Amino acid sequence: MTNTESAENEGLLVRRIRNGTVIDHIDGGEALNVVKILGITGTTQEALSIATNVPSRDMGRKDIVKLTNRELSKEEVDRIALISPRATINIIRNFKVCEKKGVEIPELIEGLVRCPNPGCISNTSEPIRSKFRVTPKGLHCSYCDWVIARDITSHII
Amino acid sequence: MSFESAMARLGGTSLSVGSVEACSIAKGETLADTIRVVSGYADAIVIRHPKEGAARLAAEFATVPVINAGDGAGQHPSQTLLDLYTIRQSMPIDGIDIALIGDLRYGRTAHSLAFALSLYNARLHTISPKGLELPVTLATELAERGMEIIEHDDISDVISDVDVLYMTRIQRERFPDSASYFNVASNYRITPELLTRAKKHLIVLHPLPRVDEIDPRVDDSPHARYFEQSRNGVPVRMAMLMQVLQ
Repeated sequence: MTNTESAENEGLLVRRIRNGTVIDHIDGGEALNVVKILGITGTTQEALSIATNVPSRDMGRKDIVKLTNRELSKEEVDRIALISPRATINIIRNFKVCEKKGVEIPELIEGLVRCPNPGCISNTSEPIRSKFRVTPKGLHCSYCDWVIARDITSHII
Repeated sequence: MSFESAMARLGGTSLSVGSVEACSIAKGETLADTIRVVSGYADAIVIRHPKEGAARLAAEFATVPVINAGDGAGQHPSQTLLDLYTIRQSMPIDGIDIALIGDLRYGRTAHSLAFALSLYNARLHTISPKGLELPVTLATELAERGMEIIEHDDISDVISDVDVLYMTRIQRERFPDSASYFNVASNYRITPELLTRAKKHLIVLHPLPRVDEIDPRVDDSPHARYFEQSRNGVPVRMAMLMQVLQ
């Protein structure tokens, strides 16, 4: 049996991690946006593994992100809920799942999304971070009342 | 100017920053810094600013009360209070039919008034050029608050049905050239001839300044209330200042 076949049999597309965070049950195709939300770029230190469109019994297809040597904070976890509300977070220590949590949609998000209104004061050089209230209709700018009703990811800073 | 008049009549003084070009903002100072500095000079701040949300930002950095006197195409709540006061001088506000006419997209006075009238079971008739309609988010919110909003193409469609005509200025810069502006603006004009079909108690309001949207011959009509409305700005703003200073 080849290594690849072995991995498939075990259901693993990427290697287990010793310490860090596994974000599972991300909506299919949203993994890269999750990474963007977490501010992870090619220049940051984390070792990162991404699996996209993995077959899932519950979701049809899902994405998985594994972050080595970084445990996500509550605020970071909740940001993920904006684009993937079914995601689950597993904190891994010494290859074991030490903590498992779902994501909760935050009431207020700051500094994550840019207001699409060019006339909004938050799109100037003022010393503020963008601020949005999360409402059933979408993200409501706390400065100019503009509402982002869809395609939130395209407004992520 | 009406806030300065209101402050003077209350026995206080006002320090005017003037236009953006004339103050520290022109030197690159942020609004946040300006507000922090002015907070040390005054007991209250009245701010009019070209950006939406500027008053909210000011309130975050100020250590004294802040009154929004107009933020970009956002809101103009002090105008709304004097608009409501002027309507109430002529009729009960509850259940009125009001036509908002002109630039409803960028017209902040219309936004604030429409929102306030949603508290009064008013029916809103909107007449505006294409592209300058009430913002969708605002219209949706008003509808969710139970307000009935009816769009019309022409003022003459509603002139016999409404209690209040609220005119707003259509700005030339919203159009690609003068010809298209004049072409559109001429369709949003109140004349004595049009008012012959109005209810007897109808009042015509305008936040002023006006350009061509109200024929000067209307000024002598019993329907005209816009100069009285403007005068009402002083006592209403006196009341607002008293409220925040006490």
